[in-house]
Amino acid sequence: MIQVLLAPFELDFMQRAFLAALVVGGLCSTLGTYVVLRKLSFIGDGLAHASFAGIVIAYLRGGSFWIGAAIATIVTALGIGFVHRRANVSLDTAIGVLFTGAFALGIFLMSRSTRATLDLQSFLFGNILGVSPNDLALVVGLGVIVAVVVGALWRPLLYTSFDRVVAQAAGIQERFVDDALLVVLALTIIVSLQLVGIVLVAALLVTPAAAAAQLTKRFIPMMLLSAGFGIFSAVGGLYASYQLQASSGATIVLLATLLFFASLGVKALRTRVVR
Amino acid sequence: MNENAVEVRNLHVRYDRVIALDGVDFDLPRGTAMGVVGPNGSGKSTLLKTVAGLIKPSDGTVRVQGVAPQKLPPGTIGYVPQIEDVDWTFPVSVRDVVNMGRYPRTGPFRRFSAHDRRAVARAIDALDLGTLADRHISELSGGQQQRVFVARAIAQEPLLLLLDEPTTGVDAATEDALLHLVRGLVADGLPVLMTTHDLDRAPEWFDRLLVVDRRVLADGRPENVLESGAYAGIREHTHTHGHKR
Repeated sequence: MIQVLLAPFELDFMQRAFLAALVVGGLCSTLGTYVVLRKLSFIGDGLAHASFAGIVIAYLRGGSFWIGAAIATIVTALGIGFVHRRANVSLDTAIGVLFTGAFALGIFLMSRSTRATLDLQSFLFGNILGVSPNDLALVVGLGVIVAVVVGALWRPLLYTSFDRVVAQAAGIQERFVDDALLVVLALTIIVSLQLVGIVLVAALLVTPAAAAAQLTKRFIPMMLLSAGFGIFSAVGGLYASYQLQASSGATIVLLATLLFFASLGVKALRTRVVR
Repeated sequence: MNENAVEVRNLHVRYDRVIALDGVDFDLPRGTAMGVVGPNGSGKSTLLKTVAGLIKPSDGTVRVQGVAPQKLPPGTIGYVPQIEDVDWTFPVSVRDVVNMGRYPRTGPFRRFSAHDRRAVARAIDALDLGTLADRHISELSGGQQQRVFVARAIAQEPLLLLLDEPTTGVDAATEDALLHLVRGLVADGLPVLMTTHDLDRAPEWFDRLLVVDRRVLADGRPENVLESGAYAGIREHTHTHGHKR
């Protein structure tokens, strides 16, 4: 019995997968706090889809998928900020315009290609079991970069998320802060692609933070709780997917969704008790 | 060092085709409370936002401490807008919001210094928010909310304080507390620029009063400006042009 329970931890590729899940779950859900508070839920979906153009270009030219995805996602992220400011449209609209454009470019290029079609499945739904030692090093490296940026900017990020105009008047460089958040989001999404894939990455950004928001009215507790939910969903979901022989990305997202509804239930119970 | 905290010269602000300010000139010396009055749509809020560096002049210049507002060191300008357009469900307490006043001066990876904590504690005391400090912001009355945002601006220890109609829609106790606070800050040398609709109490609040209707119609001691009838004049004149663009 115990052997069955511990089996996943004995395989090399599963150990790497668990480590990657830990990092990705923690990163996404920590940044997700800002994503939810800034009402940018759409952005995870947007940047993830934008990465597809880079992946296809990398595939056609024989380059690294990581680098292709990174370039496409960061260019789209900064483009979103630029279009939002220049065209004077809402951030949501800018995201909608740019990510569909980038995704369409990926499909367009692939449809014209005569080479064998890319293994789309693994990009759309993730392939955590295929994490190589190099991939893992990249995930951890990017994870450290994201953690350092958030550690440096958490206060201006919080201030501009809450009260942009006054923060700006007080001398906080709100554009720099916005762009830094977008770039860090882009990096996080890229490292998450292998875990949950393009289609489901947005859930890892949004769902744990939304669950945490049900349980606390303070920022730091919300961030910590969100990180806890994110890590639990990613690691627990990966474990469950192994035992259930189901898709890892889908199992992870389902677990996060379950946590969200559980938090909603706890909140409802609490308010009933208080009343 | 220049004795004027703010110098505005020939300031024009246009939004697309609407002219909000059409050649405004004035100086705000240190240790002076200056009131800005004018009818709705006269450009009062635009004037404050331009001095805060939130709007770029279409023409003319704004200088704060001798430089353009955007080039000031972080934490120089404390601004309290007329309507705080914030998300009241945002997960912050009263103290969290007042803490934000220190953020522009807190470097990356730095913890709050003893000085930061003192500045926050003083601001919370000055606005009598001690018993509310751990409340969530959604649990406050309108007057209490206004006090929180003023406290945040004070905690910042700004070199210029901009208040956009801070007394509109607040209770009498809050208004008196704000008056007392502003006069104390001005006595300590802080320059304050504040818009208001309350002409009757202008002499209590301000050392100087600026009457603005897209340009400066009067500038002087509040008693003199009110006696001159400059404001009564524009009130009528507003009815005739107020709806025109």
